[in-house]
Amino acid sequence: MKRQVPLALVFIFGIFMIIQYFVPHESSEWVFEFLLDWIYIIGIFALALGIWSLIRVSWEKIRYRKENWQYAAVTLLGLFFMIFFGFDYFRNFFNATGLQNFMFRHFFDYIMIPIQATMFSLLAFFIASAAYRAFRARSLLATLLLIAALIVMLRFNPYLGPLGDYMEKTASWLLNVPNLAAKRAIIVGIGLGIVATALKVILGIERAYLGKD
Amino acid sequence: MKHKLLIGCCLLLLPLLAPAWAQEAPVADTTTDSTAAMQAPAPVTDLTARDKENDHGHGIVLEWTPSVDDDGGLNNVFGYVIQRAESPDGPFEERGRVPIGAGGYDDIGSKERESDGFMPDYVDYYYLVRTLTVDEAVYTDSDIIGPVQSYGQWFNTGRIPVLFFVIGFMILTMYFITKARGGAKLFVRRLAGIEAVDEAIGRATEMGKPILYVLGLGTASDIATIASFTILGRVAKKVAEYQTGLIVPCYDPIVMTVAQETVRTSYMDAGRPDSYSDDMVYFVTQSQFAYVAAVNGTMLRELPATNIYMGKFFAESLILAETGALAGSIQISGTDEIAQIPFFVVACDYTLIGEELYAASAYLGREPVLLGSLKAQDYAKAAVIILAVIGFITINFDWGGFKQLFQVLD
Repeated sequence: MKRQVPLALVFIFGIFMIIQYFVPHESSEWVFEFLLDWIYIIGIFALALGIWSLIRVSWEKIRYRKENWQYAAVTLLGLFFMIFFGFDYFRNFFNATGLQNFMFRHFFDYIMIPIQATMFSLLAFFIASAAYRAFRARSLLATLLLIAALIVMLRFNPYLGPLGDYMEKTASWLLNVPNLAAKRAIIVGIGLGIVATALKVILGIERAYLGKD
Repeated sequence: MKHKLLIGCCLLLLPLLAPAWAQEAPVADTTTDSTAAMQAPAPVTDLTARDKENDHGHGIVLEWTPSVDDDGGLNNVFGYVIQRAESPDGPFEERGRVPIGAGGYDDIGSKERESDGFMPDYVDYYYLVRTLTVDEAVYTDSDIIGPVQSYGQWFNTGRIPVLFFVIGFMILTMYFITKARGGAKLFVRRLAGIEAVDEAIGRATEMGKPILYVLGLGTASDIATIASFTILGRVAKKVAEYQTGLIVPCYDPIVMTVAQETVRTSYMDAGRPDSYSDDMVYFVTQSQFAYVAAVNGTMLRELPATNIYMGKFFAESLILAETGALAGSIQISGTDEIAQIPFFVVACDYTLIGEELYAASAYLGREPVLLGSLKAQDYAKAAVIILAVIGFITINFDWGGFKQLFQVLD
């Protein structure tokens, strides 16, 4: 019973979602939107579970003074500070005025956003190191990749003169013909994979998401 | 000297005067046009109105033949105004405007009752199209057309090709699953990335270091995440058998809940329920780069022997994979996000490209029913290749009919 009910629900709603795609009627849309709303509702309840998990894992680290427990302390402090100020010193639970709280905004604008921007900006350096590894001409295929990459990268170089036009055309061809063909092949494969996996889930063949093969 | 200054000033003023001349010049030519514009233009003809097909209702499609004075005749048409009333006697209200040359208009209303633009279904509507001149006081109305009603359809005929594809693929999948259940041996191609999983778990056991499994930024409703749960289940079972550590930091709380259940069951299947702890699978944050920072920190502190990235990844893919490479971990990745695949290919030891992520669960399990669906996928891909070749030939020979068979209209 514990397994049959979820499988039956997945089958019923999975089949409904397939049929819904072909039924544009307003009532079909209404049911679709109603079901999507449930994702948000479940998500909100699950968020409480997530926060509980974070608190428990961090608290365990602090309690038993596990290695690097200080990071867990900072995490919990950050969490409770933002909740405290976000609820406007626990005065406003049912409106969003806490989001405009001076301390909340300052923590968010001057700590959270710069840290996120820093993480994102690391990407530029990682791209450089990844490109170095990818473009090492160790084999024929790697050499071809290197040449293709050079053409694509140099196409906007203003100092190339008449060679620039040739580079531009070659780069466009590389991007629009072999590159796009490979991309489309992968996209077709992904599409078929998604349909096959969805069918397996709907038909109850794939059950890992229930915690059982 | 004074003369030179005067000439210089004149030369400087010349460009300022030039646009004025340029603007004045056409005035003389438009006098005849403005005379024509004062005459009422011919109305639009053949006006038809019908319910918009394949929609949820609240939409009427109008079509007409433009006025003979639109780009011809008096050449004085400025545009068309679409007007609607609920009675042929009016009052008519403006629904929209279209420029000269237009021969149709979709009158789409809102389905929300509270909205100002709400357009109820099953109500008689009457339309006319007003042909405007530059002077909006001079116009000609078409005949009034109606009554016409809007209503929603129960089947979108524009999606028939998709329906055929879905039914065909379902039949193919069911056929191969039945065949596999009957005991037929199905050949499945090698997936190097998945074959490396066992090796990677063995390495982690030898090194006495944990395995880091990242489910990506997808939600539990993403198919890539669902495929990742299956792989996580297999990995967790092996990890439990080898008594290696497992770390699963999660971005989404629902994903965390499902992943906890998956790992717990795998440990039970391996006969090691006591080794499982909820702390193995934990929630981090729903902020993309904060999540990356947390996972990178875990990589650099715990130095896992193996990092497995399976699911949906976005800008964080390279940051994670490069940090893992710096930490000296063996890395196996798989995603259906096409923009992230190159990053994983570069930074990871093994990468499952696109649909290989979905094939991985079947490959790992080797169960007949799962292998059957994999086989169906392969045959469907072969069919797509054949259809693409036929499409290439027919389009080059200008046989448009074949292309029409696959046209999906929304």
